[in-house]
Amino acid sequence: MSFLIDSSIMITSQILFFGFGWLFFMRQLFKDYEVRQYVVQVIFSVTFAFSCTMFELIIFEILKVLNSSSRYFHWKMNLCVILLILVFMVPFYIGYFIVSNIRLLHKQRLLFSCLLWLTFMYFFWKLGDPFPILSPKHGILSIEQLISRVGVIGVTLMALLSGFGAVNCPYTYMSYFLRNVTDADILALERRLLQTMDMIISKKKRMAMTRRTMFQKGEVHNKPSGFWGMIKSVTTSIPGSENLTLIQQEVDALEELSRQLFLETADLYATKERIEYSKTFKGKYFNFLGYFFSIYCVWKIFMATINIVFDRVGKTDPVTRGIEITVNYLGIQFDVKFWSQHISFILVGIIIVTSIRGLLITLTKFFYAISSSKSSNVIVLLLAQIMGMYFVSSVLLIRMSMPLEYRTIITEVLGELQFNFYHRWFDVIFLVSALSSILFLYLAHKQAPEKHMAP
Amino acid sequence: MASLDRVKVLVLGDSGVGKSSLVHLLCQNQVLGNPSWTVGCSVDVRLHDYKEGTPEEKTYYIELWDVGGSVGSASSVKSTRAVFYNSVNGIILVHDLTNKKSSQNLYRWSLEALNRDLVPTGVLVTNGDYDREQFADNQIPLLVIGTKLDQIHETKRHEVLTRTAFLAEDFNAEEINLDCTNLRCLAAGSSNAVKLSRFFDKVIEKRYFLREGNQIPGFPDRKRFGGGPLKSLHYD
Repeated sequence: MSFLIDSSIMITSQILFFGFGWLFFMRQLFKDYEVRQYVVQVIFSVTFAFSCTMFELIIFEILKVLNSSSRYFHWKMNLCVILLILVFMVPFYIGYFIVSNIRLLHKQRLLFSCLLWLTFMYFFWKLGDPFPILSPKHGILSIEQLISRVGVIGVTLMALLSGFGAVNCPYTYMSYFLRNVTDADILALERRLLQTMDMIISKKKRMAMTRRTMFQKGEVHNKPSGFWGMIKSVTTSIPGSENLTLIQQEVDALEELSRQLFLETADLYATKERIEYSKTFKGKYFNFLGYFFSIYCVWKIFMATINIVFDRVGKTDPVTRGIEITVNYLGIQFDVKFWSQHISFILVGIIIVTSIRGLLITLTKFFYAISSSKSSNVIVLLLAQIMGMYFVSSVLLIRMSMPLEYRTIITEVLGELQFNFYHRWFDVIFLVSALSSILFLYLAHKQAPEKHMAP
Repeated sequence: MASLDRVKVLVLGDSGVGKSSLVHLLCQNQVLGNPSWTVGCSVDVRLHDYKEGTPEEKTYYIELWDVGGSVGSASSVKSTRAVFYNSVNGIILVHDLTNKKSSQNLYRWSLEALNRDLVPTGVLVTNGDYDREQFADNQIPLLVIGTKLDQIHETKRHEVLTRTAFLAEDFNAEEINLDCTNLRCLAAGSSNAVKLSRFFDKVIEKRYFLREGNQIPGFPDRKRFGGGPLKSLHYD
């Protein structure tokens, strides 16, 4: 009986998450496009719903809501469904939509998408070989095999994003890094842009006029076609068309210049807006946060280096350690069990919410930047895949932040994975990503002022 | 060569609707082989014979400014784009017949371009609301072009064309529906070519002849004549 009640609670929450994912898709991601294939929207919302359910189960584990056996059952079921989606459905549909975009293969879409999916499975399997992720006792299609590989990909993604985010966050928040941009700079650049456009226009006018006079004189401007055409064009050359090619080359160079100037002007406008924003109250608040975050970021990089160099993986989670410190060193006595449950709930809750929100925002920005009307379906599915893998590995890693008594369920459900390996891998990739972002941002920052000060 | 007079026409529309292909078709009389994203603005020039076939025939340069990007761009990109909207003589609004959102976004595009002219203080006043009265006052000729006609199935064609007819009426503009990969759509003498020619004639007239107070006999015009002051912020 209690199982039925528990299941109905789970299902209601899943439907809620599904609705949220649907709305997010419609309002945020696809607000400039038309949804023609509803399959895409359904898959995205389903992936989102099942990922959020996993987090919900962790929270329930801490708060001891619902029956223990029904929790276990739902964990297993959820995991199976998510793996099914991430390994079978989404890659297949990605292949299907990629193939649909190519006109040549339109007739045999299904066949080619199956081939693409088999290629994906092959590489996915090969991924597990170089990593010492699990004991060789398990069969081919067990959950552990699939989870381990999904975990590797997801952890890599998480570490890359965290590394970049940890460095980028203080860089964007702090106004120390803001270059000084005046209105005069922007006007000067705009004038240059318009001058370049004028030069392009005058050259194109010459080309148009030349073409018309050539046309009227009866010489048709043909590009040399075929073998004999090319040989002929070496010896005889129509002066008009030669002129045209020369001008065309100049125009190409000028157009490239205009594109550069446009991007630089947009950059200057963005910087100016940021300067104005930093003068507001909110801006000052974020600036302060930026200093705080930069210290946190430096500490994290330091800890990651120490972990790798000294080959250690933290054994205790922050909650237990914090409680230990307060009890032993500060001498404050309180009910450990009660507080550890609540504090871990809050901590884990914050981690979950911020990582979901951060991921959705990053995905949206990414989507706007690179999608077009042809590729929007493929990109959304790729994002759903990334989101699913990200959330699965969050579950893997969150295990470290929870006190021992709550870790058991994750260990039970996910099987015998070498969790230590994942933490080590996360540290390595985090370090690499953070250091390369620092390098990248330093170069970008250095290069920019020189361009604007040039007359 | 550069002694001919010029008019400036903006080509606006969502990303991927086919503006670059259209401009290439209009100016080079060729189909664009490898369309790629337009960053910033790309310009092309077309020679147009005003009042073709009459003794007053005169050739003009028509500059087609193909502005890239989407309506939802960051405000820094919008401010940068605004520099191209100076002293515009005509606007071509391009939408994709297979994508309804691109047609809806045309309202926002036209507001972005027209507001730039109406408020010379340089502040972009776009709240996204469409107000028909703003278009009634508009002096700049508009033309609505729908692309990718070949991708619409025969059965749906009627429904799509009715919808676009309403759209064009909202803007008080003519409309053309074509396929940018087909040269025959704009072949001389076809109804599309005639509409295009009429549009360019109207743009040239508004720019060069209204200022001198000339009334063009027999010229069908749905808008009020000589309404507000002509905005001549152009540079030479």
